[in-house]
Amino acid sequence: MTDPFIILPVLLHLLTAILLIFCWKKVRAQKIISVAGNLVIVLLAFGLWMKVWNLGILTMQGGGWEAPFGITFAADTLSATLMLLTGIAGLAVAIYSCAGITKNRIQFGYFPIVHFLLMGLNGAFLAGDIFNLYVWFEVIIISSFVLMTLGGRKPQLEGAINYVTMNLLASVIFLTAIGILYGLTGSLNMADLSIKIADIENRELVHVTAILFFVGFGIKSAVFPLYFWLPSSYNTPPSAIAAIFGGLLTKVGIYALMRVFTLIYIPDSFLKGVFLFVAGATLVTGALGALGKTDIRRLLSYLIICHIGYMLAGLALYTEQAMTGALFYLFHDIVIKTNLFLIAGLIYKIAGTYKMSELGGIYRRYPKLSLVMAAVFFSLVGIPPLSGFWPKLYLISESLNSGSYILLASILIASFITMYVIAKLWAEVFWKEPMVVTDLKAAGFDALSNFKKQLLVIPVIALTALTLYMGFGAQHIAVLAERISTELFHHQPYIDAVFEPKN
Amino acid sequence: MEFLLVLLIGLLYASGTYMMFRRSMVKLLLGLILIGNGANLLIFLVGDINKGNPPVIPRDFSSLQGVYSDPIPQALILTAIVISFGLQAFAIVLLKRVYLVTGTDDLDQLNSDDQDI
Repeated sequence: MTDPFIILPVLLHLLTAILLIFCWKKVRAQKIISVAGNLVIVLLAFGLWMKVWNLGILTMQGGGWEAPFGITFAADTLSATLMLLTGIAGLAVAIYSCAGITKNRIQFGYFPIVHFLLMGLNGAFLAGDIFNLYVWFEVIIISSFVLMTLGGRKPQLEGAINYVTMNLLASVIFLTAIGILYGLTGSLNMADLSIKIADIENRELVHVTAILFFVGFGIKSAVFPLYFWLPSSYNTPPSAIAAIFGGLLTKVGIYALMRVFTLIYIPDSFLKGVFLFVAGATLVTGALGALGKTDIRRLLSYLIICHIGYMLAGLALYTEQAMTGALFYLFHDIVIKTNLFLIAGLIYKIAGTYKMSELGGIYRRYPKLSLVMAAVFFSLVGIPPLSGFWPKLYLISESLNSGSYILLASILIASFITMYVIAKLWAEVFWKEPMVVTDLKAAGFDALSNFKKQLLVIPVIALTALTLYMGFGAQHIAVLAERISTELFHHQPYIDAVFEPKN
Repeated sequence: MEFLLVLLIGLLYASGTYMMFRRSMVKLLLGLILIGNGANLLIFLVGDINKGNPPVIPRDFSSLQGVYSDPIPQALILTAIVISFGLQAFAIVLLKRVYLVTGTDDLDQLNSDDQDI
């Protein structure tokens, strides 16, 4: 069905960003506009999701040019769900930023850039044209570069060098793949490519482009062995920014992988083997990397890498059940990783440090808040019936069915190590007694007004509630993930929706 | 002409990759720029190079006649050039800033934050 309103979340983010630029120095106005804009966008995204759920895939042709000549936007259930989750994560981060980001950063354009970043994410989820996807990726990375370096402290700048270099390289590889693919097929529309790629006789070159896409998206989603930029940069910006990055940026790479390798390319046994190896290695190396870390945010950065492996494992097994697990994990991961970095920021506000050796006693001082955080940690580890458990169940049973025992072992090892590091984190940060407040200026949680405290705590509680819903209401999420998985593997309706004649 | 361009693209990718492996920040930047230009030329090449056949529909016809240059790759390159221009401008400012803050051009020295390995 054609529906021009699917683009509305993207446009609203643009509009909000422009409004924010007009209030450049007015900090309070920026906070209000940003939160209000995000709230409207979440409602819109929910409306879009309902519409897609009831009516099926919605499309929009840019300028009314019919596919494959115009630029296509298509919202299937996967796109709509990810846009909804992006909206929720964006709203949570915007509320948190009102108290968690200093005045200086806001006066240098923090909020407008966040909205440009969210606009890029929404656009990438909607893009039905591979070059358009590239352009949205560029919108995302240029915004993230600015957010990463905003403030200009020395560690930030040093981390940004790795981040900028690897992302620019990934873009060039992505662009190279698009160029060769266009030379082969003469098309950029993903639905059109899906039809045309089957008829190409030069299979070797098709495989080369597939690998180029995998490397390009692999760098962005931080898979083994292309992840080294992530732990060296995600621990440097303020936690609200790290929350957006950790929750959403690597996931858009996974989204692109899922889209490209179900719609355009159907992986052959070699490519599946590569995926399997990379998924297993990402799980194990990410988990091992997290083992030795004593800084909370570095530990979380490695856990991001580790858990990307679960989603890639679903793609590697390439069955509907496994994809269901991967999608379930994707939804769970967006919410929980955003929340974890917000929690890390909260801990920093309370104790003034990210170092586990200097932290401690938070449970005694803030028992209720600690219980909320514990729910998040338990969900992350995947204690049944919380939300981390269900997707792993899918993945483990599918890897048993397909006889991928090495992947199975990697999944189990990664789960165990995640549990160990989270238990260590809990013991060090919450239970351990001595707490030395090192940086009194930063340790200002008690000194904050009640309203500001609520601004920091409410997003964490709301995201925790969503995580708990994903665990206890797992049947809803499973139905959703199963439907998306079916849509991905039987993509004829997607192609039909894009090529639907105009009425 | 095609063969020359193929050689040039290969050279740009190879030299860009080589430059990126160096430790100096300026060389890293040059490497990124070279690879980016290589990718742009690659897209230009796949659009079939033929001289003097613009994609213009002749008078009295309703569709394009005979061999013509594909206009899409040029639109793609134009987009890619504009984007890479913005990104490179940002990268240059970033590198300058890093040089001012750390006082070094050596990428191996940029690890003041790696206390716990």
